[in-house]
Amino acid sequence: MRVLPAGPHALLIEADRPAAWAAAINRERAAGRLIAADVVPGARTVLLDGVPDAVALARALESWPAPADPAGTASEAVRIPVRFDGADLAEVAVRWGTDPAGVVVELAATPLRVAFCGFAPGFAYLSGLPGTRAVPRLASPRPRVPAGAVGIAGSYVGIYPVAAPGGWQLVGHTDLPLFDVEADPPALLTPGRSVRLAVAV
Amino acid sequence: MEVRRAGALTTVQDHGRRGYAHLGVPRSGALDRPALSWANRLVGNPPSAAGLELTVTGATLRLWVATTVALTGAPARLRVAGAEAPFGVPVPVPAGAEVRIGAAMVGVRSYLAVAGGITLPPVLGSRSTDTLSGLGPPPLADGVVLPVGAAARVPRPDPAPDRRAGPGQLAAPGSGTTLRLHPGPRRDWLTDASLAGLLAGSYQVSPLSNRIGARLTGGPPLHRARAGELASEGMTLGAVQVPSDRQPLILLADHPTTGGYPVVAIVEPADLPLLAQLRPGAPVRFRPHETSQWT
Repeated sequence: MRVLPAGPHALLIEADRPAAWAAAINRERAAGRLIAADVVPGARTVLLDGVPDAVALARALESWPAPADPAGTASEAVRIPVRFDGADLAEVAVRWGTDPAGVVVELAATPLRVAFCGFAPGFAYLSGLPGTRAVPRLASPRPRVPAGAVGIAGSYVGIYPVAAPGGWQLVGHTDLPLFDVEADPPALLTPGRSVRLAVAV
Repeated sequence: MEVRRAGALTTVQDHGRRGYAHLGVPRSGALDRPALSWANRLVGNPPSAAGLELTVTGATLRLWVATTVALTGAPARLRVAGAEAPFGVPVPVPAGAEVRIGAAMVGVRSYLAVAGGITLPPVLGSRSTDTLSGLGPPPLADGVVLPVGAAARVPRPDPAPDRRAGPGQLAAPGSGTTLRLHPGPRRDWLTDASLAGLLAGSYQVSPLSNRIGARLTGGPPLHRARAGELASEGMTLGAVQVPSDRQPLILLADHPTTGGYPVVAIVEPADLPLLAQLRPGAPVRFRPHETSQWT
């Protein structure tokens, strides 16, 4: 683990298991022992933003023990019904050396987890696919991907909460609302949540 | 408050939407926060009450209730019911009067506070328009009517005004603005020569700048010391990113919460309101912050 500077009121933790660090930091935060306006996991990092004294916090974090993996304490998986009718399903099948039905079976059988959010409110980067299943982004992004579209980029699975331009390879779509400002939390998929894609009928 | 002429980009802004960055929700909020806070104090509001952020071109409003307004930030002419009114002080507005805010004479963003604040329903704790995600009220359009709250107390100027919040904070046209830099988490992604170039560099504000980020141009190119892509990580206000055009991009309030461009430096937070008031073409210099350690 390394603590990297990010100005007087933020710092970036770089760690092998960012989800475990984010969970440990949020526990300290809930107990009132750590103040941060935002705790933002990334692919390999956790950003602490809106901290009173970044230098003092960095010093304190250096002496923390490596946090335990939160996997055993995770809540029940969110089940997302997906119609696998995406425009790029055949292309993904070719890259995976299988047919579209094979892609569907594998996606539905893979336990996924929200690694981090970004790009748009409620957009979750779901990890769990092996690196051998990585697919490139489209060479030219679509000007409009509809809300609910399920796609793959690299080895992440993602679902568009709202219509947006995007370069993810689309394999299907869901009708499940992913972001609702009236809900608490407003996002269905929050960092650390377990997720399963299910074949919608 | 009825919007008669919305102007190029007039948005509702308060102190922003904190605490949801982990869900991909930008922080948003007034780009020149001290100017909004100052306007709010002048009309007797809490500093974080929602007001209007006007961009260069001004706007025209009609207030259907008697109230008090104050205009701060980028200096502009203010006319109330046809009469010239002063900038940077509380101005009484009779019911039904037109409030006309002229084009900014210097700077970019003027702030209009109304006693009682703009009382649209908050979205995730804030009334700010987020131009990236679309959360909050849309930018003002001609004919829109906004609710205004009741004044909390008799408006009076703050007895100990924060001078930084007044018009004296704006750089004079053509003069240079110096922004102080703290080390960023990925400063080792720059070559030593490029880092030295950035820390002493002179750039200009690009016309492509907006509420998401200030793009700079015309300065020393920032060459990366390493190839490849950075895995997405959390982004913070004032982060100096190095995109593929090798010129600095400084993240402002509506910035995406995660990104893959390396952050090589962080602008001192107290200097960001100055940056928010710089017009395209304005010169910008950097220097290391006095407390920063770059080695």
